[in-house]
Amino acid sequence: MTSKLIEAKNITVRYGNNVVLTDISFAIEKGDYIGLVGANGSGKSTLVKALLGLVPLEKGKIIYNDLNKFEHGIGYLPQVAVTGNTLFPAEVREIVGIGLLGQKKFPKRLTKEDHFKVDTILTRLGIIGLKHKKIGDLSGGQQQRVLLARAMVSHPKLLILDEPTSALDPRVRSDFFNLIEEINKVDQTSIVLVSHDLSSIKRYTRKMMLLDRELVYFGPSDEFDLNFGMAKGMHNHEHDY
Amino acid sequence: MSMIIDTITEALSYGFMQRAIIVGVLIGLSSAMLGIFLVLKKYSMIGDGLAHVSFATVAIALFLNTSPLLISIPIVIVASILIMELNEKAGIHGDAAIGLVSSFSVALGVLLSSISGGFNVDLFGYLFGSILSIQQSDLWLSVVLAAGVIFTVIFFYNDLFAITHDEAFSSVIGIPTKRRNYLIATLTSVTIVLGIRVVGTMLISSMIIFPTVAALQVSKSFKSTIVISSVISVFSVIVGVLGSYAYNLPSGASIVMINAVVFVSMMGYKRLVRS
Ligand SMILES: Nc1ncnc2c1ncn2[C@@H]1O[C@H](COP(=O)(O)OP(=O)(O)OP(=O)(O)O)[C@@H](O)[C@H]1O
Ligand SMILES: [Mg+2]
Repeated sequence: MTSKLIEAKNITVRYGNNVVLTDISFAIEKGDYIGLVGANGSGKSTLVKALLGLVPLEKGKIIYNDLNKFEHGIGYLPQVAVTGNTLFPAEVREIVGIGLLGQKKFPKRLTKEDHFKVDTILTRLGIIGLKHKKIGDLSGGQQQRVLLARAMVSHPKLLILDEPTSALDPRVRSDFFNLIEEINKVDQTSIVLVSHDLSSIKRYTRKMMLLDRELVYFGPSDEFDLNFGMAKGMHNHEHDY
Repeated sequence: MSMIIDTITEALSYGFMQRAIIVGVLIGLSSAMLGIFLVLKKYSMIGDGLAHVSFATVAIALFLNTSPLLISIPIVIVASILIMELNEKAGIHGDAAIGLVSSFSVALGVLLSSISGGFNVDLFGYLFGSILSIQQSDLWLSVVLAAGVIFTVIFFYNDLFAITHDEAFSSVIGIPTKRRNYLIATLTSVTIVLGIRVVGTMLISSMIIFPTVAALQVSKSFKSTIVISSVISVFSVIVGVLGSYAYNLPSGASIVMINAVVFVSMMGYKRLVRS
């Protein structure tokens, strides 16, 4: 039996008069590796935020099965790297430690073991050398990897990554895809990966989801037709301009 | 040297000076500890905005014939929460939200005071602070405030750190971001209302901004920023108040000047280290 981690039931989301998601239903199962694609403005980030409870739903509901959102069943990498502020006074280890707070009770102190977890994930992502660096002093790609470490450090059951590779150079990018594949296979972590790079993520994922403000396709990757994606999803929305 | 000690001993023999130093240090500590959360979230000018709201509350108190402090604290708290809500709900940026609330308040204050026949409070003291006006009740309130701030920063440290860095992520991992923001807003409001006694409405925002921005020049981690800014702030208050006594200068402006000197030295130090 496959177990559903999280289910979206007929969700509709709007910003003011702009209906961004219409009547979307699907379930993410244990072990899934889903590539979420669609044109700019097709609602990918909004769907992710809806799953995380960051935007109010106009209609429908999100059901968290076998996944306690608050004790941190979900790891999240936001689309935009946050720190444009180079003065932000925090070292990489402090930022990654934030990812462990979801499992903590008041007063939420990090233990030796937690610091070890931080070191482990930094090593796994190849950025242990940055541990004591100030976050604002890092390049965009380095910051993105730090935030990825923050999302992964708690070993979530579901990892949602919103365009994680946009700031990575090609070599790091393929390392990254290999790592995600390993996390998915070895750790049994379910993955949702948002990307524009349709053809390359199709090689890695098990399922594809194509969004065009409504759900155009959700199913096995090998049945996902690239042309179908191009025709249906990858045009731009006129009303966005 | 002995002359300095004599002056200090003399200064501290006065009740009003003792109160000024104690209240000043407690306010300085509170504003410095809150500063980092406000400055990094681009709410630097909230001190200025809330001081303007507090101006309106004095007019309201006059209008209703009650004590300003009683009216000020709750209204300023509401205003601070309104600023945060405007930012979140209406998507109005922090600086614009502060501008809206503060200019509205000043207009309201001016209208009300004109209806009730003009201000008869010590305007200069209100604008630039007057340590002579500090009362025993201010002292007790400052003790409670500082205790509240220290407790909050120590026990909610990790939550506040996470929210300051990335609010969306914090709410995903179950941190009650809204409640924590309200807590900071409330403590900031009380700090502003009490701090106006010491440095006045025109200068209060500097108590929040200067120590933090000075500390940011030299610190690498979040914790050290809080510690350094607290030390700078307390130092500036003590030197400022005693200096103002010795040279017969306005104390609020003296505190801000010391803060400014420290800030410039930190900037210089940073340059020196970098090169
Ligand atoms: N906070 C917001 N307020 C108002 N409208 C928004 C907001 N966030 C997104 N939108 C609108 O919702 C639509 C979908 O945006 P979303 O960010 O979900 O798209 P996306 O598929 O992630 O695009 P991209 O590929 O550029 O990241 C867009 O038209 C956008 O303008
Ligand atoms: Mg997006």
